[in-house]
Amino acid sequence: MQIDNALLITGVLLLPLASAIVALLSDARPWLLRLLVFPLLGLSGLLAVWLGALSLFHGLAESFVYSPGLPWLHWHLRIDSLSGFFLSLVGIVVFAISLYGPGYAREYVHGKQPLAVLGLFTGLFVLGMYLVLLADDAFAFMVSWELMSLSSYFLVSYQHQHAANRRAAFIYLLMAHVGALAILLGFGVLAGFGHGFTFELMRQAPLGLMWSSVAFTLGLLGFGMKAGLVPIHVWLPEAHPVAPSHISALMSGVMLKVAIYGFIRLTFDLIGNVHWGWGVGVLAFGSITALYGVLYALLQTDMKRMLAYSSVENVGIIFIALGLSLIFFGSDLPLLGTLGLVAALYHSLNHALFKSLLFLGAGAVIQRSHEKDLERMGGLLKRMPWTGGFFLIGCISIAALPPFNGFVSEWLTFQTALQVDSLQSGVLRAIIPIAAVVLALTGALAAAAFVRLYGIAFLGKARTRRARHASEASKGMVWAQGILATLCLLFGVLPSWTVSAMSRITENLTGYALPTASAHGWLWLTPVSAETASYSAPLVLLGVMLAFLAWAVVYFVLRPSGKVKTVRDDAWDCGFGPLSSRMQYSATAFSMPIQRIFSSVWRLREDIDRQPEKLLPTEAASIRYQLQVEDVMWRWLYQPVVKMLHITVRRVGRIQTGHLRHYLMYSFVTLILLLWLIT
Amino acid sequence: MSYWILALFQAILFVFLAPLFSAWVKRVKCWLQNRRPPSLLQPYRDLRRLFSKQVVLAHNASFIFRLSPYIIAAATLLAAVAIPLLAVNLPTAAIADVIVLAGFFALARFFLALAGMDIGTAFGGMGSSREMTISAMAEPAMLMAVFTLAMVASSTNLSTVIGVMLNQGMVLRPSLLFAFLSLVLVAVAETGRIPVDNPSTHLELTMIHEAMILEYSGRHLAMIEWAAQLKLMIYGVLIANIFFPWGIAEQLDAASLVLAFVAIGLKLMIIGVALAFGETLMAKMRLFQVPAFLVLALTFSVIGLLSHIILEIS
Repeated sequence: MQIDNALLITGVLLLPLASAIVALLSDARPWLLRLLVFPLLGLSGLLAVWLGALSLFHGLAESFVYSPGLPWLHWHLRIDSLSGFFLSLVGIVVFAISLYGPGYAREYVHGKQPLAVLGLFTGLFVLGMYLVLLADDAFAFMVSWELMSLSSYFLVSYQHQHAANRRAAFIYLLMAHVGALAILLGFGVLAGFGHGFTFELMRQAPLGLMWSSVAFTLGLLGFGMKAGLVPIHVWLPEAHPVAPSHISALMSGVMLKVAIYGFIRLTFDLIGNVHWGWGVGVLAFGSITALYGVLYALLQTDMKRMLAYSSVENVGIIFIALGLSLIFFGSDLPLLGTLGLVAALYHSLNHALFKSLLFLGAGAVIQRSHEKDLERMGGLLKRMPWTGGFFLIGCISIAALPPFNGFVSEWLTFQTALQVDSLQSGVLRAIIPIAAVVLALTGALAAAAFVRLYGIAFLGKARTRRARHASEASKGMVWAQGILATLCLLFGVLPSWTVSAMSRITENLTGYALPTASAHGWLWLTPVSAETASYSAPLVLLGVMLAFLAWAVVYFVLRPSGKVKTVRDDAWDCGFGPLSSRMQYSATAFSMPIQRIFSSVWRLREDIDRQPEKLLPTEAASIRYQLQVEDVMWRWLYQPVVKMLHITVRRVGRIQTGHLRHYLMYSFVTLILLLWLIT
Repeated sequence: MSYWILALFQAILFVFLAPLFSAWVKRVKCWLQNRRPPSLLQPYRDLRRLFSKQVVLAHNASFIFRLSPYIIAAATLLAAVAIPLLAVNLPTAAIADVIVLAGFFALARFFLALAGMDIGTAFGGMGSSREMTISAMAEPAMLMAVFTLAMVASSTNLSTVIGVMLNQGMVLRPSLLFAFLSLVLVAVAETGRIPVDNPSTHLELTMIHEAMILEYSGRHLAMIEWAAQLKLMIYGVLIANIFFPWGIAEQLDAASLVLAFVAIGLKLMIIGVALAFGETLMAKMRLFQVPAFLVLALTFSVIGLLSHIILEIS
């Protein structure tokens, strides 16, 4: 079996590499993309799912030593249930991408950018993510992390003819490296005490509370920056919308989860001995992130930007669950801590599925209607029925409605938060319900945001000619969305099965499982005990069907004997003549009440241009309304930092006089100093 | 098995009594306003008439418009099934706890709002926008209120919560008082009653719920109307049975079931009178004052939750 597993892992790593290399040739032969580049990626995704399933269900946990790079620095790779879980999560999305890619990349075939770049960096990006998940020493981890960041930078800047894209890509690169630096320093603390950079040695590092807190804070900063925690999220809503859509799906759906994986690995595995105070911090950041993300998502009119802000929100929800878990673990309540961790893992899985689905749907819409702006879409459901249907499933799932998957993880998070009675500290007991309020508010606002997104883009009348003439996406693109949508339903309906699989991860990681979660059979999810709370998703689905049946019976009993035909007619127009598409509610109008209620959250620039009627100047002939939403964090956090940087640099710049003799003197003084230091 | 049969019976009772409850509220309102009330059977007649009428769809109605009434009705029906009406400890209560209940309402609302936007009229979008705004604030308030109850009973299962309330005797807890106030405010907002929305008007500038369903006709309209009546009754039963659980059957013998039936009937009659009084005495609020109303509800529920945590856990 040993050889088999090593072969599998080698396969998972070599396939994306092969895909990247083949892609180099695809500029002259675009058919390679369809026949080789994407199928190779898809195969690697399937292998990754298979490996993940092996580690989850057959307890596969093995270490491997590879020797790429430097001869005295071998790479340690290891697969266990945690990395296996995330590996299969990446694999699912990569597989969907491989179906989606050929149809989607068609618009780039005759474009300005080389296809080779797209294929090469997609392959390397996927390879980087696999490697991060498998890495078992800090060196391999950081190299793969950089591979992931850099290749995704090239994908973000793929359409670099637009200045906005270049700017977004630069911000992404900058912040990715600040984050990587923090992670490196965090590992440095562990490696310093553990006398080695393999994870095995780091686990045994004897850390005091202070040094473990330092390592934890650096980890939170580094991984939080990649995951998109507020206030270090600003790269995310810039970078995700400008990348090609299947890359957005990979970045939002999967790369953020790789950051979550890194955080879980560092905190629960490498540091191990968690403190409840960390949990309070994570909970606070998570709550702020969730609410901030959804409020900004509500006002966006760019479809992909809106989805990017919604990713910020969902990362916040995951961190709320992680914070609860840390608090409970730190307060010696490991079972509740495990529940929180399972909720976080479940939401990571769910978000990977529905956010990838939504980005793929958005990509299809943008490709087919050539519109990015919600205000210029409308009525797409009739033009693109399959994409529209699957997009609806994505919206229902992300809005946390039963019986789909988003609901289960939010339910588990609520259940964790409701167990505060067990805590000793009164302060903690008061903080956690506040986080629950924030979570509830976030969920309700997210529902509003996705009603707005779906209603404006897919329902109503087409607002532009291009939206009116959109057509259904290609078969592969539809299939990719269909698979993800099916999984959304599946993981929503079979939560007890999923949770019991996930409790194997926590058992390996922390030593605790959730024995009660599926104690009453696969029908019932009872995370704490049957008396405390229970949810039966399969019965809810059955109930929905039975309720349909019941209403059908009512209808057949009450309906008249004669045949009544459904007719179509014009909608009610108040007697003023036909309705036009301009009379519909726009996306900005839809969120206007919420915008007024929470008006202090955003930095809004409203331009109202009112042209008076010629004969009756008190009446308006036309009104133009334009709304610009600026992320307040730019003003509050980044601009002061940039200003400080400028001032410091200018001060330092004074020593650059331009005279040779001064520079010679600097060298001399430095030399003297160094000589004095080493003697 | 008898438990499942009783649960089924309870669900059927719920569905068929819901129009009666609305009729009762309407009747009391008529009395208060010196009008002659319609018969108590009038909502049933209306529903029957609507079911037999032809459905007229707008030209550009998509499948969402046709599907929504069924989903709204089904989700509301499921919510009704999960609520203990006559007896506690029924197996159906374990399917869904209070969070799932809020989820069912959210599901129904999601599709109602989408249906409102489907035709592309200004009214539909207006109604959807307002409905989602109000629910964005009402839903957290509702969840917090039920979380207070859940913490008092250390369970989110409604049946267990009611059981705990029933057996704790007459203890006046400050947390419960605040949760009660909050839930009443939320119920008024969520069921679209005065002062948040007015179910009996089609005045363009003020309507919320009616604006979304303006384009519906025939059996679709009947199902949505029925679901709205069901929702009103669900909130009534929820408040009645959680805060005043006396009379609900704990054993499944005929005597206690009859007693439970009479008890819930009386409780609903009183709630109906209270609702009618409230609607008669108050005027509808301006839309932009509704958030203040809902923030009040949210504040009550948070105070309730904190007072439970600070005062009542020893």
